[in-house]
Amino acid sequence: MEKRVVFRSAWLPYALVAPQIVITILFFFWPAVQAVWYSFQLQDAFGLKTQFVGLQNYANLFKDGNYVDSFKVTALFSVLVAFFGIAISLLLATMADRVLRGAMAYKTLLIWPYAVAPAIAGVLWAFLFAPSIGIVTYVLKGWGIDWNWIIKGDQAMLLVVIAAVWNQISYNFLFFLAGLQSVPRSLIEAAAIDGASPLRRFWTIVFPLLSPTTFFLLVVNIVFAFFATFGIIDATTQGGPGQATNILVYKVYHDGVKAADLGGSSAQSVILMFIVIALTVVQFRFVERKVQY
Amino acid sequence: MVENRPWLTFMSQAVLILGVLAVAFPLYVTFIASTLTLEQIMQVPMQLTPGNQLIENYSQVLASGSTKGSRAAASSMLFNSLVMALVIPLGKMAISVISAFAIVYFRFPLRMFFFWMIFVTLMLPVEVRIIPTFKVIADLGMLNTYAGLTIPLIASATATFLFRQFFMTIPDELAEAARVDGASPMQFFVDVLLPLSKTTMAALFVIQFIYGWNQYLWPLLITTDESMYTTVIGIKRMIVGSDAANEWNLIMATAILAMLPPALVVILMQKWFVKGLVETEK
Repeated sequence: MEKRVVFRSAWLPYALVAPQIVITILFFFWPAVQAVWYSFQLQDAFGLKTQFVGLQNYANLFKDGNYVDSFKVTALFSVLVAFFGIAISLLLATMADRVLRGAMAYKTLLIWPYAVAPAIAGVLWAFLFAPSIGIVTYVLKGWGIDWNWIIKGDQAMLLVVIAAVWNQISYNFLFFLAGLQSVPRSLIEAAAIDGASPLRRFWTIVFPLLSPTTFFLLVVNIVFAFFATFGIIDATTQGGPGQATNILVYKVYHDGVKAADLGGSSAQSVILMFIVIALTVVQFRFVERKVQY
Repeated sequence: MVENRPWLTFMSQAVLILGVLAVAFPLYVTFIASTLTLEQIMQVPMQLTPGNQLIENYSQVLASGSTKGSRAAASSMLFNSLVMALVIPLGKMAISVISAFAIVYFRFPLRMFFFWMIFVTLMLPVEVRIIPTFKVIADLGMLNTYAGLTIPLIASATATFLFRQFFMTIPDELAEAARVDGASPMQFFVDVLLPLSKTTMAALFVIQFIYGWNQYLWPLLITTDESMYTTVIGIKRMIVGSDAANEWNLIMATAILAMLPPALVVILMQKWFVKGLVETEK
């Protein structure tokens, strides 16, 4: 789509795009190019000498059991976050779409977690689940569950999944609610007259019609779990115990900033870049955000 | 409502109330903890009714911060967060609206090249270029500065796309009329386009305010000076060790302060928030 009417000027359009382009080159392209460049280099322990090593950093990564584990942890984490985030918000949105009384109040009370920074969401849940003083830990102990996410990997994973899902529910809820409200009433009424139960109507009419929204949210939630959850991990488990919650983004940060492994961290950055490109392509090519019938 | 099923309606209400309670529970416990003394929090189980330390805890964090880990006062951290939450959306809107104007209303060599350059930034989040971006900021002497905290985050493909999409819906007749009347491009931009863009800007502002306020990785990388900490970073830096080592009453008071501004923006500007959320998603 192009405008039929345009203005003419030899210099104005360049001046108008200049600020954005300058910032983009300086803080996006230049660092990205450097990441690729560093990823082909090996630096000695003191940062004095660098040597071009080709793809060796990449080869080392895939030989490193920790990196392969980090992939698995990230996959598990994003599947859990996306699944529970979508399932819970779909349930709540379906219920909110049904009720007449208090619908607005429920909406307001369910969307505010979006405003909470992931790192703070992590702190809140870590406090509730704190091994010695947490209130939830106390209740779990009453049920005979020994809770200590500081030393138990699966519990640490559960903690960060809960914090991430809690943080992301609002977003999913709003999109599902909008999707549900655009399902034509006539379809639902026709099915009701034919004697379909509410549950059957949901699975045979509403859910298929919501599939574009669901797919869109699936991609968004995976992107969220991959990148935005950095704050949750850093504020709670810091990738531990062991490697139990060491997702890819956290590993890039840890190896680069804390362990000062420039080449290895840059190679990880480049791999992550390819993952982002793949996710963006999926999002633009296959996701039709508008709900269509 | 298609049919009247009292039992199902009751079920729906019950599920929603449970959902709201589960979502609010961490907030409630956080608030309670922020009104207790540290000793009261350490008693297992912690009491679930408000204590009487509300004023003491909040005035201590606002004035002087915690005594362990980061000692930055919450008042200075809140100010830093506010700078990020205001400069990022305003800067983003400023540079995006003019670049979208150029791309939609002018034909010039390299137009599509610039457009794709802006598009590609979608694929380069901070997370994938941590170290080199840090180096660029360090080389430019922008560590521990407001410029370093904000400028690198104001380039945005989503905002540019949003304005571009919106300009596409504006009838050509408006630009034609402006041209016939002899208006310069900038006059058309200021007198016609900007006033029409108000609702788009309001929606974008709400979303970007939250984005700026809640930034984590970026300030974590480039602030080492306590006086430059944002609230979210400060909370993380107040956690120094295992459960008992932390001043949870002060951490929780700071957490409430950190959540309040963006939560109020979401709740009070709900209409703009929802619009912004739905529209900025490419």
